[in-house]
Amino acid sequence: MPVRFEVNRKPVEVEVEPRLTLADCLRHYLRLTGTHVGCEHGVCGACTVLVDGAAVRSCLMLAVQAEGAKVVTVEGLSLEQGLTPLQASFRKHHALQCGFCTPGMITTAHALLSDEPDCDADRVREVLSGNLCRCTGYISIVEAVLDARAAYKQDQKGA
Amino acid sequence: MRTVNSFVGQPIERLEDLRFVRGRGQYVDDLARHDMLHAAILRSAVGHGRLRFIDISRAKNITGVRAVITVEDLGKPVPRVPMRLQPMPEFEAFGQPVMAYDKVRYVGEALALVLADSAAIAEDALAAIEVDIEPLPAVWSSEIAASNETLLFEATGSNVAMKFRAVLGDATAAFRHAPYTRRESFSTQRHTALPMEPRGVLAEWDAARARLTVWGAAKVLFANRRILAKQLGVAEDAIDMVEKDVGGGFGARGEFYPEDFLIPFAARHVGRPVKWTEDRREHLMTINHARQAACDVEIACKRDGTILGLRGHAFVDMGAYMRTNGAVGARNIAQFMSGPYRVPNIDIDVALLLTNKTPVGTYRGPGRFETDFFRERLFDMAARDLGLDRVEFRRRNLVSAAEMPYTVATIAPFESKDELDSGDYGVTLERCLAEIGWAEKTKLKGKPIDGCYHGIAVGCFIEGGAAGPKESARLTLESDGTLTVYIGSSGVGQGLETAFAQIAADAMEVPMDCINNVFHGSTAYVSDGYGSYHSRSIVMGGSAILDAATKLRTAMCSQAARRLNCGAAEVVLADGRASAPDGKSVSWAELAPDPISVEGAFLNQKHTWAYGAHAAHVSVDPKTGHVALIDYVAIENCGRMINPLTLKGQLVGAVVQGLGGAFLEHLVYDEHGQLLTGSLADYLVPTASDFPKIRGYVMESHPSPLNPLGAKGAGEGGIIAVGGVIANAVADALSAFGVEPRDLPLTPARVWQLMQDAGRARGIH
Repeated sequence: MPVRFEVNRKPVEVEVEPRLTLADCLRHYLRLTGTHVGCEHGVCGACTVLVDGAAVRSCLMLAVQAEGAKVVTVEGLSLEQGLTPLQASFRKHHALQCGFCTPGMITTAHALLSDEPDCDADRVREVLSGNLCRCTGYISIVEAVLDARAAYKQDQKGA
Repeated sequence: MRTVNSFVGQPIERLEDLRFVRGRGQYVDDLARHDMLHAAILRSAVGHGRLRFIDISRAKNITGVRAVITVEDLGKPVPRVPMRLQPMPEFEAFGQPVMAYDKVRYVGEALALVLADSAAIAEDALAAIEVDIEPLPAVWSSEIAASNETLLFEATGSNVAMKFRAVLGDATAAFRHAPYTRRESFSTQRHTALPMEPRGVLAEWDAARARLTVWGAAKVLFANRRILAKQLGVAEDAIDMVEKDVGGGFGARGEFYPEDFLIPFAARHVGRPVKWTEDRREHLMTINHARQAACDVEIACKRDGTILGLRGHAFVDMGAYMRTNGAVGARNIAQFMSGPYRVPNIDIDVALLLTNKTPVGTYRGPGRFETDFFRERLFDMAARDLGLDRVEFRRRNLVSAAEMPYTVATIAPFESKDELDSGDYGVTLERCLAEIGWAEKTKLKGKPIDGCYHGIAVGCFIEGGAAGPKESARLTLESDGTLTVYIGSSGVGQGLETAFAQIAADAMEVPMDCINNVFHGSTAYVSDGYGSYHSRSIVMGGSAILDAATKLRTAMCSQAARRLNCGAAEVVLADGRASAPDGKSVSWAELAPDPISVEGAFLNQKHTWAYGAHAAHVSVDPKTGHVALIDYVAIENCGRMINPLTLKGQLVGAVVQGLGGAFLEHLVYDEHGQLLTGSLADYLVPTASDFPKIRGYVMESHPSPLNPLGAKGAGEGGIIAVGGVIANAVADALSAFGVEPRDLPLTPARVWQLMQDAGRARGIH
């Protein structure tokens, strides 16, 4: 069946089986492979994307459920050249190693900081506890997110 | 003016990150080929049984299914997964066939392969395959395995695949006269590396050129190519193995698994590209498991705490087959139980027992995590018996810098000798004590604060690295004057592109941005590569780059000498130019109208030994058995640091993985050999909120004398000491109750039960 939604600010229309997950639709139909699939049962968070601004596990959502929604993936949170402040903070703090969980961390952290740019370390840990990372031990990820708060506060002031 | 370079040793931000943080990494499941089919694998749901028949007729007729491959299609004999490390004739009977026939021996063993237009159709078809397996009693524990009442391989007459024995000095004599001995039993539980990226293979057979390309290889590409070429009956150089980005390895990913044969075979069989990506349930039942070991071990000491000897027996649950590196953990348990300590007399044997579970392989710090838990627990018990301070006990017995190189136990039957290369182990212990604030925290011992009991512990470790025999590197001066590095090492997420760019930039005395790329992970780049395991990449690959740099400079000087009419020895290479004594010069770009490319190598037979210490401060809630980690400090000295940022990242990340093993992770089987932990809701790993305070400190001194960098392999040291330190901290916290943890993981239920069993917890509720 056809499904129409917006991905990274561009309208898309895809013909899908009803059982296709949003994650597989993004990855294999729209070739947006920055969204990763780590468990397919909603535990690891690698597939997290933004659906109408909320951080959502795209492995637990069907593509057809995205009808009319605004979907943003890690590609949509990236610049053509260079890094966003959040991405630069991840790099600065060595908040990634193999990079597989990173897109989910970036989308989750972006949703958090957009809503709560003043969040504290405990809140960051609480929100990120839904995203598994096997490389870093999380310490550097929490530091990176905390360090990126300033950029989101600036945004809020600007807006 | 010559550029003086010192990128080595600097905390340089990683080159890899630029693609990863933008979602531009390319992992194997991200790839697609024209006309590609998708594979799904039917796996045994029975732990032990006789395979009566498989009926694929219904599955074959499903629309979109292109082929169903069973063992009948593979030809005879059915290929087996060979041993890559410690291959011995005794192991051959226990090798894993790439698809089960006659018998199934673990839940998850491959029975059939479906190829279809989509992964969903392929998975649908699995449900349409009928399988009849006659169940046999399952060998689900080491004890049942050792009894030999039920055999996995009837023809061998035993479930004991092998026994290793580590010997040093004369343990019998040492124990006969020892004034103090203590004997204890300990165990560690089955868990696994769990890289976040599931495994995957994409294979394409080019019939016209009779060439095979395999994407999704990792870790040991050349070794896997040798295995695959033999199994498929094609020449090695007819196969290209390609790595792409790899979402974590930790020892488990990249070994040769049955799927590494099945998918390339299927691609050739149907003449179309085939991709297979496992799901997490498949991952948990098929990737190498690790760490399930037990021991009955005894220590002998003088009254002043000087260790006289260690002896005993260890048992490793190997699962159903001997896979590529299955023997490594068992070897390490026996050979390195002494760790960084001076133990003059050792006699430890280890039995490798087959059971109806997923086969085991290496997981970061293989055998070392287990044996360090055994040893450090025993040391704290011995120190207390002797009325000695446990730090002083360790200080007294650490191998000193003056004793280097220090010979450790020899392992039989393959007579592998080893020696610790260099270092001052006491320094890292003292640093660790200072960082955790040992003197202050000692006062907390056993104290209830807000209803929880506090305890601390410290332990020391060594980490073996730099496995030989060789690594290759190719260095190319491009026509634009930049340099390209090609390396036989493999990237599994550890950041070796950055580290190798630092090493190459220093060796060639150029800025980092003159290194235009570091290519790794393809059998097409260098003549022979040995990959990444045993913390070997920096030492082996890095030293090979130094050799290639020397050769490239020689080649560039020869080229420049011709252009500048001077002797090659007179040419000076600096600041992107080659200069003659008379002041004439050419740019590096002009030197290479055609790229100048050389290959270097590093050969090595000896291991490096990074080392350090860990300390933990925990509090235990007596009502729930929950252990809170208040503070954790890990120190590692790796001789010479290449990149302190990534080194510290490895250290801290490994600590948290180790905490998973100490507290959470457990692959549980029932008495039928059924895996009960097949999802991430059942198999728990650390999350961001579990262990908020981990402090890692990296050091360098006593460079290794064994390689030109002076480096020692690092990256595993963070995990090795964790189990022992955590269990000792819990014992310290609960010392008033007489609680002595002897088994991991320390789940709340187990800690609570230990308190109940200790009999002194009454009245606390």
